[in-house]
Amino acid sequence: MIKNTAAQMSSALEKGETTSVELTKIHLDRIADVDQKVKAFLHVDGESALKQAAAVDADRASGKKLGPLAGIPLALKDVLAQEGVPTTAGSKILQGWKPPYDSTVVAKLKAAGVVILGKTNMDEFAMGSSTENSGYGPTFNPWDLTRTPGGSSGGSAAAVSAFEAPLAIGSDTGGSIRQPAALTGIVGVRPTYGAVSRYGLIAYSSSLDQAGPFGRTVLDTAMLHAVIAGHDPKDATSINAPVPAVVAAAKSGDVKGLKIGVIKQLQGDGYQTGVQARFSESLDILASLGAQIVQVDCPSFEYALAAYYLIAPSECSSNLARFDAMRYGLRTGEVDGASAETVMNATREAGFGREVKRRIILGTYALSSGYYDAYYGSAQKIRTLIIEDYKKAFTQADVLVSPTSPITAFKIGEKSEDPIAMYLADVATIPVNLAGICGMSLPAGLADEDNLPVGFQIMAPAMQDQRLYQVGAALEAALVSKWGGHLISKAPALGGAR
Amino acid sequence: MALSYDDVIAKYEPVLGLEVHVELNTESKMFCSCSTTFGGEPNTQTCPVCLALPGALPVVNAQAIESTIKIGLALNCQIAPRSRFARKNYFYPDMPKNFQISQYDEPICFDGYVDVEIDTEEGPKQFRIEIERVHMEEDTGKSLHVGGATGRIHGAEYSLLDYNRAGIPLVEIVTKIVPGTGKYAPEVAKAYVAELRDILRGLKVSDVKMEQGSLRCDANVSLRLIGSAVLGTRSETKNVNSLRSVERAIRGEMIRHAELLNEGKKVKQETRHFQEDTGLTRSGRSKEQAEDYRYFPEPDLVPVAPAPAWIEELRAQQPERPSLRRKRLKEQWAVPDKEMAAMINADALDIVEETVLLGADPTKARTWWLGEISRIANEKEIALTDLTISPKDVAEIVALVAAGELTDKLARQVVEGVIAGEGTPSEVVAKRGIKVVNDDGALMAAIEKVCAEQSETADKVRNGLIPAAGALIGAVMKETKGQADAARVRELLLGHLGQPSN
Repeated sequence: MIKNTAAQMSSALEKGETTSVELTKIHLDRIADVDQKVKAFLHVDGESALKQAAAVDADRASGKKLGPLAGIPLALKDVLAQEGVPTTAGSKILQGWKPPYDSTVVAKLKAAGVVILGKTNMDEFAMGSSTENSGYGPTFNPWDLTRTPGGSSGGSAAAVSAFEAPLAIGSDTGGSIRQPAALTGIVGVRPTYGAVSRYGLIAYSSSLDQAGPFGRTVLDTAMLHAVIAGHDPKDATSINAPVPAVVAAAKSGDVKGLKIGVIKQLQGDGYQTGVQARFSESLDILASLGAQIVQVDCPSFEYALAAYYLIAPSECSSNLARFDAMRYGLRTGEVDGASAETVMNATREAGFGREVKRRIILGTYALSSGYYDAYYGSAQKIRTLIIEDYKKAFTQADVLVSPTSPITAFKIGEKSEDPIAMYLADVATIPVNLAGICGMSLPAGLADEDNLPVGFQIMAPAMQDQRLYQVGAALEAALVSKWGGHLISKAPALGGAR
Repeated sequence: MALSYDDVIAKYEPVLGLEVHVELNTESKMFCSCSTTFGGEPNTQTCPVCLALPGALPVVNAQAIESTIKIGLALNCQIAPRSRFARKNYFYPDMPKNFQISQYDEPICFDGYVDVEIDTEEGPKQFRIEIERVHMEEDTGKSLHVGGATGRIHGAEYSLLDYNRAGIPLVEIVTKIVPGTGKYAPEVAKAYVAELRDILRGLKVSDVKMEQGSLRCDANVSLRLIGSAVLGTRSETKNVNSLRSVERAIRGEMIRHAELLNEGKKVKQETRHFQEDTGLTRSGRSKEQAEDYRYFPEPDLVPVAPAPAWIEELRAQQPERPSLRRKRLKEQWAVPDKEMAAMINADALDIVEETVLLGADPTKARTWWLGEISRIANEKEIALTDLTISPKDVAEIVALVAAGELTDKLARQVVEGVIAGEGTPSEVVAKRGIKVVNDDGALMAAIEKVCAEQSETADKVRNGLIPAAGALIGAVMKETKGQADAARVRELLLGHLGQPSN
């Protein structure tokens, strides 16, 4: 049962073949079974999950009309506030903090009857591409436990990949949903900026952050997307427009006559051979399905990584200022005669990890008077150029594509001492965030050289998220029939009931 | 050694710059729906947003934008078709996010002016104060530093934080530099703040209570040698919490600067704090090293882009300018200059007008508010408007006197009763059993009694010494416990003693 898709579980629930309590139990069992190896979860809340599941079962028994995901278990990235449940954003500075409120995403999940199993591990404050920057230790890739699952939503991706949950929520500031989805062989979508409310999403970089869904199939991912998206008056940047018809698109999956643009700048040097091979193969499949493949030029993408590493740290230097020991979270250094300033300093020194400090310092510098124009100002100009590049490219193609990550899952510790190498893991995903558009990663197969999953990235204009699912579903169907099953079924067993 | 003010202005020309912070009277805070009511139990008017809990986001209060545009229009400003919020980053415990959402390079209103008039020995003089910008921001919380000598965070034993004020909408009104006021600088500054206060009150966008901090003024002062084009170094005086203090603070700073300059010393560019008791300023934080606030556009908010039609609608709704209103009321009520000035100084224009609008005679209304009621307010050391007596009460009292149901003397007792919280004027009259003795029989009895008791005085009156009647009238009034109409007593008494009564 745990290997089923969320859509299959949903129909089994509807037919009365199983109950939400049963589904929840087998996933809690699975977590108990494998999570000491994977370490996807920071906090598992079995009791409330079962209570929530029982409530959904009761509603169903009473004949209440329920949404398609009612009763389906889910793993929630620890970056989202959930009332009364420890929420740390992977940081020691928030250890033990229990929010007095629900984020809008959590409120929507609860309203839809989705059962929240617990909170998943992540790079501290979503800063990282391997989940090694978590204040609570790394998460391990279910495909190879010596490797990282990517990041920053590595816990959520690993949970779905290891069958600990059929669905998960992540957040994507520079690729933090798509890159771990690619590295763990699952589907992940970063919706259009403003499509999913950021209220209650602990901010890393406000203008880039966006929560989004993980699933093992395109349809599952679409079903979750539909639940969490929509306008929210509590988020001033939330888009007031109908949610794109993502589920319908995931069910249709037609690419006939569609123009698919391959971005010249997101391939070649630095892209692993096996990654490039699976990417080309997917393009051939899309062409064979009737899509027209065109080449597009996005010259400003060369500067995307540099711009990102000025904008995101700048915003984070300000967003993370609130962690000052005054109102919540860690407080240390409170010895006799210590001033408020000393306590703030000591707490931030002890509570933040190295990467977080690095980015706060970087951002503080980039915003300081005399440097602002050269750094933050220039980065914003590049951002405008990238938006222009996309605009032009979308006149030539309906969707744009690239490999999600230039490389497959890397070894734990391999890049943790080399920030630039780590930053390069997001080179293909970052432009989407800078432009505020949407992107998907779905499995394109295994790289021949290491037998690890490769992600195929699809990008669509703002609020055209349904195009991701339309193209993704077509490619997925062709690949699944080629492989004789979903890629995830080829993942090595972790022990326990698979 | 201390210079006189005349010495200062003989040599130097003051240049002013005024920053006024106004707390708007919106029901909810600038970026969340928490209440803005003054004086609540600490930290009861807070939520995830104004406590800056992780994940919480600001949403702009539309009412605050409307109020700010109204202010901009009243100050003859341009309204920006698109303006942005920015983050002003600095750490301080009473600022929950450790940044303040403010407006920086794109304020909502800019380039305006206010005309003010002051009375001088050479007659009234007008000055135009140019407005640089009007922008929106949020207030900080309040901190109370306990222990330590200075009451400041450094050296405090512990500090208490109250976030009720955190996030209250503030509007900052910044003037361009104001040269050319010469010796009148302190008065012009005071008149400007008073005019602003009246404008804001007329717009009903703020309580404008300087003593509660809903209107706060920072005064920038610098001096230059008369004739010089180069600006001197300025000091910025904060904590100026009354109109009188604005005048005192500027005068004091002018003298302090001049003394330093005369001794060949430099004026330090710094923040200074005004001290009400001494009228002097003390040094605050030095601004020699400009603090780097790392301003950048607030990414959690979208730009403010008011529709032109809405701005025009608000323009059309602008109330009468306070200066024009004063002119109109002075004429309508036929108030002499001196009394008009007294009414303005006492801040009584609004209540007097309200009283008049409720039917009271303008002169009577003014006399009550500026006379008896002001006296009681002064005694209690509170503002006229903070007394429990309302324009409606005063209008009622004036009507009762006009109807002959109260004498002026009895009316004063009623005023006292209303202020003491005994109810409306008619309730006070009923409770205290106050009534004019209109019964001539009862009055005659009292008159006969008094004349018998003071027969010598009565004889003097009988013999034509009319002024001697005063003592007898007083005694009759006393006999009737002040409830008699003195004019009627006089009439009856003189008649009784065979004298003409007019």
